[in-house]
Amino acid sequence: MKLKLILVALVIAVSSCGGNNKKEVKKETPKKEVVKEVKSTNPMDDKGVGPVKSVTIGELDEALVAKGHKLFKANCTACHKIKKRYIGPALKGVTKRQSPEWIMNMILNPEVMIVKNETAKELLKEYNAPMANQHLNEEQARAIYEYFRTKN
Amino acid sequence: MKSIFAFLTVAVFLVSCNPAPTSSKSSKGALASNAAEKVYVAPGQYDEYYAFLSGGFSGQLAVYGLPSGRLFRVIPVFSQDPQEGYGYNEETKPMLNTSHGFIPWGDSHHPDISQTNGVIDGRWVFINENNTPRIARISLKTFETEEIIEIPNSAGNHSSSFVTENSEYVVAGTRFAIPIPQRDMPISDYKGNFKASLSFIKINPESGHMNIAFQLRMPGFDYDLSHPGRGKSHGWFFFSMYNTEEAHSLLEVNASQNDKDFIAAVNWKKIEEYIKQGKGHKEQTRYAHNLWNDDTHTATSTMEKEIWVVNPVDVPGAIYLLPTPKSPHGCDVDPTGEYIIGNGKLAASMTVHSFTKMKKAIADKAFDGDAYGIPILKFEAVNYGTLEQPGLGPLHTEFDTRGNAYTSFFISSEVVKWNIKDLKVIDRHPVYYSVGHLMIPGGNSRKPFDKYLVVLNKITKDRYLPTGPEVCQSAQLFDISGDKMQLLLDFPTIGEPHYAAGIPAKMIMDKSQKIYKLEDNKHPDAVKSEADTKVIRKGNEVHVYMSMIRSHFSPDNIEGVKVGDKVFFHITNLEQDYDVPHGFAMIGANTSEMLIMPGRTSTLIWEPKEVGVWPFYCTDFCSALHQEMQGYVRVSAKGANTPIKYTLDDEVPGEEEE
Repeated sequence: MKLKLILVALVIAVSSCGGNNKKEVKKETPKKEVVKEVKSTNPMDDKGVGPVKSVTIGELDEALVAKGHKLFKANCTACHKIKKRYIGPALKGVTKRQSPEWIMNMILNPEVMIVKNETAKELLKEYNAPMANQHLNEEQARAIYEYFRTKN
Repeated sequence: MKSIFAFLTVAVFLVSCNPAPTSSKSSKGALASNAAEKVYVAPGQYDEYYAFLSGGFSGQLAVYGLPSGRLFRVIPVFSQDPQEGYGYNEETKPMLNTSHGFIPWGDSHHPDISQTNGVIDGRWVFINENNTPRIARISLKTFETEEIIEIPNSAGNHSSSFVTENSEYVVAGTRFAIPIPQRDMPISDYKGNFKASLSFIKINPESGHMNIAFQLRMPGFDYDLSHPGRGKSHGWFFFSMYNTEEAHSLLEVNASQNDKDFIAAVNWKKIEEYIKQGKGHKEQTRYAHNLWNDDTHTATSTMEKEIWVVNPVDVPGAIYLLPTPKSPHGCDVDPTGEYIIGNGKLAASMTVHSFTKMKKAIADKAFDGDAYGIPILKFEAVNYGTLEQPGLGPLHTEFDTRGNAYTSFFISSEVVKWNIKDLKVIDRHPVYYSVGHLMIPGGNSRKPFDKYLVVLNKITKDRYLPTGPEVCQSAQLFDISGDKMQLLLDFPTIGEPHYAAGIPAKMIMDKSQKIYKLEDNKHPDAVKSEADTKVIRKGNEVHVYMSMIRSHFSPDNIEGVKVGDKVFFHITNLEQDYDVPHGFAMIGANTSEMLIMPGRTSTLIWEPKEVGVWPFYCTDFCSALHQEMQGYVRVSAKGANTPIKYTLDDEVPGEEEE
């Protein structure tokens, strides 16, 4: 009996070799409610992967547009133009193509989006350059979205 | 049965093939004496301590992790660094300015971390330059050199850069006495005519900015090392000295004549009071004060012209000499502030002075003559005791929290652990070879973090694979948590690692800066977006205001530059993401590359000498399309009328942005 116990202990010890790695993997698993549910073919139902789960869009907010325009100039124009393909896609009409959540998650969480979101994966294939994370916050991403609404 | 059980337990330990750092901490049982396990930091895990090792004659400061001995970074301080562009780009060139002009190299020696209430606080690390006397301050937020101040009237800035227990001062002592002010005179007239300077540099408690508060004009001895008092001896500073013979030639013989030299005890608080009363005098001099501005990303160099000089006779009762055998090198103060230890490098024993006895000796006027008016205290009246015959050639001493001292012995190549109160040797261990300084993180403060001891060796010889006549210098790591010291690891160092300073990683790692915010960038030539990028001609100067982001430059086609022009590339990295620097290299530029951190602006000058179309590129692999990050400058003949033109994708940058 005792011997069996010891053997069990030994097995545990041996198998705990990879224990450390497991711990590390755990650290990175706030992916939780990933893509899978987004099986709908309507891209406007695809919310993407990231901190933005649900956004309510109301009347156009001109003050927010102005703020978004400023942020867009400072953070996005090195790679995006409105009417013309540049490093990344032209952004005219983007709010008609993608949901507000998807757009904001693409701004806030590009590294994960290009790995886990089908549409983002396709875009990377087409444009080659992965989108840079400019470390904006949700409020700033929302303002940029508002600016995009005026570019349809 | 029991024996099988024991055997299996051993087996379990043997097969734990992947010792996670957590387990290495928690399994500190009887079987955890394995040195490899103690220094193994698993992939992705962090070291427990930062160690800042002097780069010696490289002029820089190296950042290592302990216990792994892994090198993280070399911070450029006193020498140009072509890797980052430090001392090559226009923004950092002023950092290396001195009263002798621009100096591309330095000899860094003794790093020391700022303190609050006698405990290291992780704000700044100071380090001295020995050859052209200077003190640098390095931020432990950005790990960059923020300030360098030259020390006038000094030569061989060796007994530096040690910090008082509330970072009131960083102190710089001179090793070589010189004529002050410098003048043309016979070298043989040294005695009585050459003088030495001990400089007290005030540190602004908020900004860290340094300014020389006063300079003590001391007799022409050689001031070797120094340390501040702490706790009960706070307010005093102790300086070891040799060559009290005032020899000017063949010092290895002529400066080794006296049985005893001195440790000078300087009461800087008392001197502050005297200065308030107007004691001392102003002197004209010249020294450079170089300050980095993190908002404009630019350094400025100012030539200071005055200094406040205090002669020992101006401040009676503030300076005393403690006789100490024999040519003492290290001058170390224990964590309680009571014991001042003289490491007489030619002596076979260690001298321990008592601060309490020193105060009494001063009160009792227990003097044994004077040197140039400075009272010499009687040896017996200040001496606590002597540790007899611990080894050969003692150089430096560090301390733990348990009343023990650890002294390096250069000649007998060993570290000796001894108890200060009992004056008894506890343990000794050979080192490889010829050790100089030792370092225990916080070992020169009230609170040493006494788990590890780093030994900084002068000679490496056969310890590593040979690399021709020149081999690396070497550090060794000891575990000092037990009664016996255990040698854990050898690791190579850059330059000569004179001294080092260490700090628990958790005290600074979370404050480490990740990017420079573009919105806070106040560099006058910064661009905040591609729409701002442009090229402007001003006479024969061409200013390129360029941006970089994964993975292109804007503009990347430039025309209208001519032979004989001076082209300024003012380049801003528009990234706002951690660890995405871009590099810039221009063919034929007689400087270096520039490595530009996210949000930062740097300027490189290029003077094209031949017509042609010349490429530039990003040197730091920044993305999958890094190889595509390149551009061209068209250079026309002198006098040609090619107009200035700059484009990206054949358009003026920023056009059609909407």
